[in-house]
Parts: sequence; structure tokens; C-alpha cells
Amino acid sequence: MADPITQLVLILVSTILVNNFVLVQFLGLCPFMGVSGKLETAMGMSLATTFVLTLASVCSYITFEYILQPLGLEFLKTLTFILVIAVVVQFTEMVVHKTSPILYKVLGVFLPLITSNCAVLGVALLNSNRMDSTLLDSALYGFGAAVGFSLVLVLFAAMRERIAAADVPLPFRGGAIAMVTAALMSLAFMGFTGLIKL
Amino acid sequence: MALIRQTSPHTRGAETTSRVMQLVMLAALPGLLVTTAMFGWGTFINLIWISLIAVGSEALVARLRKRPVAFYLRDYSALVTAVLLALALPPLAPWWLTLIGTAFAIIVAKHLYGGLGQNPFNPAMVGYVLLLISFPADMVNWLPAAGTPGYETLSFGQSLQAIFPFLGGNLDYDAITMATALDVVRENSSLTWSELQATNAALGGTFAGKGWEWVNIAYLAGGLFLLYRKVFTWHAPVGMLGALIVMSLVFKNGSGSDTHGTVLFHLLSGATMLGAFFIVTDPVSGATSNRGRLIFGAGVGILVYVIRAWGGYPDAVAFAVLLMNMAAPTIDYYTQPRTYGHKKPRKGLAKPEDR
Repeated sequence: MADPITQLVLILVSTILVNNFVLVQFLGLCPFMGVSGKLETAMGMSLATTFVLTLASVCSYITFEYILQPLGLEFLKTLTFILVIAVVVQFTEMVVHKTSPILYKVLGVFLPLITSNCAVLGVALLNSNRMDSTLLDSALYGFGAAVGFSLVLVLFAAMRERIAAADVPLPFRGGAIAMVTAALMSLAFMGFTGLIKL
Repeated sequence: MALIRQTSPHTRGAETTSRVMQLVMLAALPGLLVTTAMFGWGTFINLIWISLIAVGSEALVARLRKRPVAFYLRDYSALVTAVLLALALPPLAPWWLTLIGTAFAIIVAKHLYGGLGQNPFNPAMVGYVLLLISFPADMVNWLPAAGTPGYETLSFGQSLQAIFPFLGGNLDYDAITMATALDVVRENSSLTWSELQATNAALGGTFAGKGWEWVNIAYLAGGLFLLYRKVFTWHAPVGMLGALIVMSLVFKNGSGSDTHGTVLFHLLSGATMLGAFFIVTDPVSGATSNRGRLIFGAGVGILVYVIRAWGGYPDAVAFAVLLMNMAAPTIDYYTQPRTYGHKKPRKGLAKPEDR
């Protein structure tokens, strides 16, 4: 076991690059393909997802550790996490709406969409499977996953804006070439394999 | 009187695309000769075979899209991809391996995006990475350099039989292939740097790995020729080599058993120079502005070192280039130069009032 700081850095590098949720674990593909058409929307989605994912992974950790485990109800975790995530998203939307209208304008449309982002549930579930994780660990795990998601989403959106102007063969226009691009990006991310064993 | 409406560019360079591509191939010639001298005829045979596949794939796509085939073939870009792939692949790569890699590079990485000038990823590197991930065992079959004790360079016939096994001959791969210097350093966990150099033939060169140092110096010479002919600017290569030098100085980790190798070792090993002068300088898949190119090159240099030192693959240039290709459009957004006559450059996203 490395010292705490190294451990935290390792968690971040692992979730952002080595085990990137989109390109390596293939979670959260729907928003990845869906909102990457324009760079601006991609940025908004990234911000909203980062916020919600971090919060949701902390909340699900607390629920799992202090409610489900003591009661021996671990088998209910999928159901519970879905509920927790939905509540967190709804709550976030309401708070943001009341406190910061500007932020709400930026994130507004994306907040409800995040409920259906499978990466959020994936992070919560994977987090509960990891042994001896602390609250800080799981918060960082969620944050790192979200940063990794945001990174590839923004890069992908910028690439798609460029591809939109390319002379792509007719059968491959639109979604098809986006899938091919995502596949090639995933190929590139394989280069990080073996960087960290966590 | 008729007014002639003209927009910029008003002056044009004399260089056409095909001329630039021919210059690149010419500059790769010393590298090819030294590789052949060091590692036998394999690379040379591969080059001819890969060129055939590349031109064939290019013609096939042009035919399928009902475009003029001759026009596509005349810009020589498929041949440049072929040259880069042939130089990057191990000399004895079997024929089917190169067939898969080259066809994928030309058809998927280049022509699905509309062909020359529109591909976001460097085609040769996409082909290489695909092969490295799919057939890792075949991709590390590097031969010992000429002059390694107890080893004879393969003859032309032997190399031909190794690449096309149906021509007869039974070559025992494991008996003749050898780990490259980069592999040796990565796998090493017990010997100090000087012990490694003394005991391992792959590291027995004058400055770096045996054979590899001369191959890299040949690419450096070719690259400097291209720089002199203004085929590309100095930004991307300087960014990459500079970042690699800084990284290998900072993280060298002494010369004990957990060393990551000297600066010179990293500069003259693997595909460093091929990458710095022939791959990160790709005008299509790289960044566009000069500042962007500097950042692009530096990113490649940093990633090359990170993957070489701590990653799971023997060399990292291909991965690093693809990863930075991914980032290139975003880099371009943030490094737009000021246009003449305008006060401030527009950086990043358009402001709401601009829309």
C-alpha cells in the first residue's frame, strides 16, 4: 500500500486515463455520442456530469456503507443506487435553479439527462465492489471518472466539428463516422494499458 | 473593363502535394538504407509489398466512390503512408500482418474520412497501433542488428521466405529474434545501467541501442533535409524532442537498477527520430498554428516518455501520436493566431455576442 497522496494520485490517473469510463470501459456512451455534436454543448454536459458524478458517488458510498451493509441488504444496491442518483440529480437541479440562475442556464438541459447516464450508476456500483475504500477515495473515484468522461467528450466534440466538414463517403456520414472515430480513439487509449495496476 | 475579383491567397508556393510527398520519400531513403543494412532485407521487401497494398487500396476506394483513380494515385500520399508503415513494422512481419495493417490504414483511417487532407488520425500510425494491439507477439519480432556477436544477417532469400512462408523454408523465429534495447530497459529490474550495457548485446551501441542509433541518426539527417527544404516548420519536432529531453532528464531515476535510461538513449532509440521528423510533422492530422504545433509536439514527447517508462508497450510513438491527434482540433481552438487587422484573437468558443 502506497502512502495516501500517491494512492489518491493513482486513483485519479487510473480513472481519467487507464480505465477511462468511456473509451476503455465503454460506459456512458449515450451522452458521448449524443451531445458531442457541438463543442459548446459538450462543455456544458461535462460540467454538469462532473458535478453530479462526484456528488452521486459520495451519496451512494454513504448509503452503501451506513445503510445497506449494516442491514445486510447489499443485494439491493443496484435499485438503491438508481434511486439515490435520481434524487441527487433532481435535488441538484432544484438547488441550482434557486441559487444560481446563470449556472442553471448553462447546465439546465443536461441535468435531467444525466440520470440516464450509465457511467453514473457504473461508478457507484464499481465503487461499492472495491475493497477498503474510504469516503475520500470514492469521491475522488467519482471525480476522476467524470474528468475522464469530460476530457474525451470535449476532444471528441472538437473532432466531430472538424469531421462534419470532411468529404465522408455517403454511407458513413453522421453517426457511422462518429462511431468509427470513437473506435479509433479507444484504440489510442489502449496505449495507457499497464500504466497503473489498481 | 472587367473587375477581377480575387481573394487570398495571392501568391502560391511552387510546391505541389505530389512534390512534397516525393521529397518526404526521398528524405526517408537514408533511414531505409540504414535499416536494411542493420536489420537485413526484410524492411525492403515489406516496403514493396506494403506499397502494392496501399496503392491497391487507394485505387479500390477511388473506384468504389466513382472518383478518378489516377488523380488519387498521383499525389503519392498512399505511398508515403506505405513508406512510414514499412519503416515502423518489424522487418520480418509476415505478409498477412502487413496486409491487414495497410488496408486498415488506407481504407478506414484515411478514406472513410474523405481521403487526403481530411483524416483526423495519422493513417500509418492507426495501422501500426491496430496491429500492435491485435497481434502483439508478431509485432515484437525484431532482429538483432548487424554485427551482433553470434548472429548472421539473413540473406535476401531467407527474408523473403520469412515474410511469405508459403514460398518454403522453415525459419525458427525464436532463434533469431531479439528484444530491442527499449524492451530490455523496460523489463530490467535487477541490473544497473553499466551492467546492462556490458551484458546485453542490444544495448552495446556507441551511444544507445546497437543498430538503432544509426537508424535514428539517418532519420535525423533526412528530417533536417526536409526542414531545410521548408516542407515543415521546426515547431513540432522541437516540441517533441524538447519534451522528451526534459522528461528523460527529470525522471531518469539514477543509473541503478530502476533507471529509465539516459537522454541520448531515449533520443536514439525506437522510433523517436522517425516520429519527430516524419510523423508529428504530418500537416493533416497535427495542429495547424505554429504555437499549436509546439504544444502538439510537446504532448507527443511527454506521452512517449510516460508510456515507454511506465506503460505496457515496447514503444510509444504511435500511441502518443494518435492520442495527440485526438487533441489536435481542441488545441487549434485555443491557439488561433491573431488575424491581421484584428485586435484580439478569438480563443476557444465563440462568445455569445459573436453569434
